[in-house]
Amino acid sequence: MLNRDGPNHYVRENLDLFESGFVMITKIGSLTIAFLQELSSLYWLARDTAAEIKDRLVATRSPFRLADFFYQTHRVGVGSIPMVVMLSVFVGLTMALLTGYQLEKYGMSTLVPSVVGIAFTREMGPLFTGIVLASRIGAAFTAELGAMIAGGEVDALEAMGIGPLRYLVTPRWLAIFCMTPCLSVAATLAGICGGAFISNLLLQLGYSHFFDEVMSNLLVKDILSGVFKSFVFGALIGLISCYKGLSVKGGAVGVGIATTSSVVTAISCVIASDSLINIFLVILFP
Amino acid sequence: MSDKPLLQMQGIKLKFGEKTILDGVDLSVQPKEILVIMGLSGGGKSTLLSVLLRLLEPTAGKVIFKDKDLIQLHRRELNQTRTHIGMVFQNAALVSSMTVGENLALPLRELSDKKPDEIEKAIKERLDLVDLADAKDKLPDELSGGMKKRVGLARALMLEPELVLFDEPSAGLDPIATERIDDLILELRDKHNVTSIVVTHEMESAFAVASRMAFLDKGKIIFDGTPDEFKKSDNDVIKKFLESYLAHEKEKD
Repeated sequence: MLNRDGPNHYVRENLDLFESGFVMITKIGSLTIAFLQELSSLYWLARDTAAEIKDRLVATRSPFRLADFFYQTHRVGVGSIPMVVMLSVFVGLTMALLTGYQLEKYGMSTLVPSVVGIAFTREMGPLFTGIVLASRIGAAFTAELGAMIAGGEVDALEAMGIGPLRYLVTPRWLAIFCMTPCLSVAATLAGICGGAFISNLLLQLGYSHFFDEVMSNLLVKDILSGVFKSFVFGALIGLISCYKGLSVKGGAVGVGIATTSSVVTAISCVIASDSLINIFLVILFP
Repeated sequence: MSDKPLLQMQGIKLKFGEKTILDGVDLSVQPKEILVIMGLSGGGKSTLLSVLLRLLEPTAGKVIFKDKDLIQLHRRELNQTRTHIGMVFQNAALVSSMTVGENLALPLRELSDKKPDEIEKAIKERLDLVDLADAKDKLPDELSGGMKKRVGLARALMLEPELVLFDEPSAGLDPIATERIDDLILELRDKHNVTSIVVTHEMESAFAVASRMAFLDKGKIIFDGTPDEFKKSDNDVIKKFLESYLAHEKEKD
């Protein structure tokens, strides 16, 4: 037994410090390993799906049914429009209002259209679309694929010789990949309209003036950067949500855990990739 | 009966970590044979079926189906070979979002060049075979356990397989439904020349359909022979298994 007041107290304190440092390093190490494992699993999912698609193409067969693809695009695209538009209108409205009141103090409220236009085109439109799709569609993809795994349906598809990856993942992934940029454009337009509405109402900026200002300040690179990001977000959300669904273990509880994990991971990846793309775009195209 | 087996399992081993599930399984099945694999619950019977279709990769061993080792096949060839083997899952594993008709159409739409009217005809034939002609537009949730199993069997037969694997076909079913499934297994052999491997621990069903029996215990095949030889087996585990079955039969009488 160590005496707290004795000389061993300092030794013990150092040992505790060493121990907690060791625990922390171990934890960081295991988290890093888990992250790398997830990353490699995502890679294998993408690789195996691509291989199954290739097998189908070699056999001159369609890798997925067009009806499935259109069903998924309708669900991802048309189904998400109300939420994406509503969210963007309110955010655009709030953004124009808050920046407008601050800029008005310096007599610069005419800058509101360009601020809202550029912010939504480059950043807010794609980002909010990504977050909405990760929670609305990503969760649905994970839950339904997870339930199929738990019910043995995926095994049944595989047993029949139907590649379950290309059959289940391809139409979903393609749908979200194609629809994210479309929804992002809708979100951008809705956000700008929200900003124009409040600017007209409270900042005395007419609609035509607002839209002219937006158009004259937007650069092609702003539009392209927003569209590029949307494709990346769509690809990430589709891959993560399908992977989480297909790796479900433990029945109904497992489906719940995977769905939560899917939403958290997809949103985190969307935000992190958004920052990374911004850094690269600012450096490459200042 | 031909000497050349339709399917051969050679030294199949499967380990999950330190736990041995299958410990060198050697079995073969001849064409038109109904091989019943029995064993205690949790003895690895269903796992063995998963290995046969390579839904699980074995640690070692070969699964030779028509001169091809399924374990060594490339994905494309494997999927091609899987179309010759049907599987009836314990829980039927029907795609829950699809109607019975869509479930049955799925393998043909995905893997054959059949036209829609030919697919419709095939669906009708298979549903008639399993006495479920009215169930075409129902969702799996609207069916009873026995009906689901029969739809599972109908789906397994859509690609006209040579071998059908049954995983606990009568588990959880009433005696009449069990008898119907047993009759279907026999009908498949007699009328459609289908070879079957049936995994079960229900003796009554096993004796009703088996042309050969095997017993899996602790990952090993401890018996492989005819039903009569099985009844006369000296093995302690099989004796106990038979005693409980005979006691149950006496109780029923």
